[in-house]
Amino acid sequence: MTVGTSKHRELGLTDAEFELICEKLGREPNGVELAMFSLLWSEHCAYKHSRKLLRRLPTEGERVVMGPGENAGAVDVGAGYAVAFKVESHNHPSAVEPFQGAATGVGGILRDVFALGARPIAILDSLRFGELDSVRSRHLLDGAVRGIGHYGNSIGVPTVGGEIYFEAPYEHNCLVNAMCVGVAKQADMVRAAAAGVGNAVVLMGASTGRDGIGGASVLASAELGDGDEAKRPTVQIGDPFEESKLLECCLELLGKGLLVSLQDLGAAGLTSSASEMASAGGVGIDIDVARVPLREADMEPFEIMVSESQERMLAVVEPARVKEVIAVCEKWQTGAAEIGTVTDNGLVRVLREEEVVGEMPVEALVDGCPLYDLSPAEPEGWIYGNRATLDSNASAEETLLALLASPSIASKRWAFEQYDSIVGSRTARRPESADAAVLAIPEADRAIAISIDGNGRRVACDPYAGTVEAVLECAQNLACAGAEPLGLTNCLNFGNPEKPTPAWQLDRAVQGLADACEALSVPVVGGNVSLYNEGPEGPIYPTPVVGMVGELPAPGLAAPSAFANDGDAIALLGPFEPTLDGTELAKQRGELDAGLPQPDVVAVAAACAAVRAAVRAGRLASVHDISDGGLACALAECAIGAGRGCRVDLQHLRERGCSPEEALFGEGSGGFLVSGERGRLDALADEGIAVLHLGKVGGSTIEVAAGDRSLSISLEVAGSAWRSLGPQAEHDGA
Amino acid sequence: MRWGVLQFPGSCDERDALHACELAGGEARLIWHESRDLNGVDAVVVPGGFSYGDYLRAGAIARFSPAMEAVAAFAAEGGPVLGICNGFQVLCEANLLPGALLLNESMRFVCHQVDLLVEGFGGPGTPKSFQNPDGQLSIPVKHGEGRYWAPEEMLDAIEADGQVAFRYAPGQNPNGSARDIAGVRNEAGNVLGLMPHPEHAVDAMTGSTDGLRIFESVAGIAA
Repeated sequence: MTVGTSKHRELGLTDAEFELICEKLGREPNGVELAMFSLLWSEHCAYKHSRKLLRRLPTEGERVVMGPGENAGAVDVGAGYAVAFKVESHNHPSAVEPFQGAATGVGGILRDVFALGARPIAILDSLRFGELDSVRSRHLLDGAVRGIGHYGNSIGVPTVGGEIYFEAPYEHNCLVNAMCVGVAKQADMVRAAAAGVGNAVVLMGASTGRDGIGGASVLASAELGDGDEAKRPTVQIGDPFEESKLLECCLELLGKGLLVSLQDLGAAGLTSSASEMASAGGVGIDIDVARVPLREADMEPFEIMVSESQERMLAVVEPARVKEVIAVCEKWQTGAAEIGTVTDNGLVRVLREEEVVGEMPVEALVDGCPLYDLSPAEPEGWIYGNRATLDSNASAEETLLALLASPSIASKRWAFEQYDSIVGSRTARRPESADAAVLAIPEADRAIAISIDGNGRRVACDPYAGTVEAVLECAQNLACAGAEPLGLTNCLNFGNPEKPTPAWQLDRAVQGLADACEALSVPVVGGNVSLYNEGPEGPIYPTPVVGMVGELPAPGLAAPSAFANDGDAIALLGPFEPTLDGTELAKQRGELDAGLPQPDVVAVAAACAAVRAAVRAGRLASVHDISDGGLACALAECAIGAGRGCRVDLQHLRERGCSPEEALFGEGSGGFLVSGERGRLDALADEGIAVLHLGKVGGSTIEVAAGDRSLSISLEVAGSAWRSLGPQAEHDGA
Repeated sequence: MRWGVLQFPGSCDERDALHACELAGGEARLIWHESRDLNGVDAVVVPGGFSYGDYLRAGAIARFSPAMEAVAAFAAEGGPVLGICNGFQVLCEANLLPGALLLNESMRFVCHQVDLLVEGFGGPGTPKSFQNPDGQLSIPVKHGEGRYWAPEEMLDAIEADGQVAFRYAPGQNPNGSARDIAGVRNEAGNVLGLMPHPEHAVDAMTGSTDGLRIFESVAGIAA
């Protein structure tokens, strides 16, 4: 079969890449081969614009059990157990079809985790949409929330946390990032490397259909634009019941030691899983497409190889154990077919019975794609525009209410109550009750805390500082739970890397991620890159989403974020030096501009350690990190959550050089708002932690003395603003 | 005391239920959906989840499973059966309990803590009956199809008969259930079903221990 020169362009390959493929094969690829190369050489699979940058990230640490390159990262939590985790994007599918896009995003990240032999115990989501006054954003939000709930609830894995931001640059290109955390007995864990020449390759789970063909190249590695409706067939359809059976089946197989290795089928389906397993193991693989169970009998070999049908796993099994494997699959009513063999020839060969329909060196497929250097260029000033929604003459009360009612700051109860957050009996801190999700790990007699963060607006202001802040925000959330970071995963959501501005954003953000992780001694154990996130108006806010997992000695130690007792003293801990740059207030006033102050990572890390120790020692009745909307919003959240007012004076903060407005609504890293017995807070100061006393818990109003911006708001009024995300988020368009 | 917890493909809360049974006293084991043999257990729990995916209608397929045939026979002989969430839906589909569970009024899945008023679920004059825990229980709900429904005459009849076991506290009905009904028992008083999840309220660390009293009560009838 010969292939016209335009075919490779349709599949997203450049002319130079096509020529390189011809060179590596010594001939032109046939249709099957071209389809497979186009997927594995896509940005989504080959990381061709990001791999060089990612080498900057620190990936090693004493507790790392599995690092980047495996299905998910894993860290040691003692007693022979590991915690596995990863975050992954499903942005473009969700922008085209939010319910299935988000559902299969959850399904995919679950498979990455149980592919290691870990039982998934938690899901977190990081979502970005356009402003909520757009019908499209409400449609996408509603669909994505329903999709996440549909999959997570049905499969019995709790959704324990997450975040949602609404910003205009995500209008056309929403972000749906899902993170899964699992727990595994280290002895039962497997890697994704194929091994043992002559071993059988077994495809388990759902049958293979025409859904999701070309998802990785057509959807994930190109910009969205007109005609996205026509891309709907490239979105996969999720079946959580099928995955539930597959999950239990795989864990039973691994527990019985019946598998040599295991890999999930995600982007690029059989093509990527077979090639990557072969590459990791330094072997070859033969796949006979005639033995793949199909939904439609007339599927072409290339369709079978690139289908992204969900709920499938590929295993390598010793020939003598194939029967046992198939018996376990039958018990779980999940499909299993021996479709291939591990070989020693270093080739991925696609067979249809006797006929060879594709034959490519593994090395060329998996590692042959050229890696590109970026051509970054810093844009001049602020490129995203401004839209004022708040009068700059608004009173302090009006300003606080406007911030609390911002959908990005308001309570996300409307969303998280649609998720089962408790199945599994590990959830010690439910959503919004503490700054991080806290789950018991009784297997290792301890607990873990998990946080996911990434404020794209601040990264847009300064990609380096904003990314450092995202890492620090996670570290601060973990400190509030009394947890020490063990490892980090990330999803880098950026625009088109072939353009200078997104390239610059990506370059600076990765450097910020690397430097912050180094400073905190937190290894990056896995991650995902999602590029080409652009709409007709340009790139999204650069959005590195950071997921961090930490450990604490017992789940009950984590402090709540809401005030606990009337009469408790309220204090500010940490090196908090707020400014109005990049804040929610600057956004609402239409005053966003490039630039952020550089965070002092060392000082924030020291504050995190001090807060962690204080939480573990039970010295704090409540602790909440100061984030979006500044100290005033943090105070309001602590008060509303508790149903207790507060009276504070920000005079001391103003002594640090802050204007009243900066003290109230300024943002920046390093601030913890704590409450507790006065004597216990004073004792913290004796240990060298900066403790700034602010006031007391009590009453039914939030009263803040801040010079000419002093404010007093009843809990009821503040509460109804903060709880306003709900009915208006309901999908009101077809 | 030996508990059996059914396990269907798609069950979600079976391990949580096992744990709750053990905390309530005795040993607990899973019973595979294809098994017609309950292994001589003293009480059965039909757990939460999405049995067989629940794509048709919640519980509609599970009721035909071999294990449910065994549970029906066990119940007919007075054996205590507790159905939680999907288990409640299965027991209603199997006609072991009156009424049906429909899509939530909000058309959305809902997960949060609710207060339950215990109406009393001891059977009339049967020697074997549940011990009523007193007062109010704080227990979470999590379901998409939890709106209890029955024809008006049936609602009148089960109320008159004392078959309403639990109601949501005033103002806390999470799904539009008829007459705030959260759980019901059968006429004989040995089969109990409820939408809230007592197995997720057995440990202060995860929110509440009130659910334990329901398991203890089931243990009481088996004793």
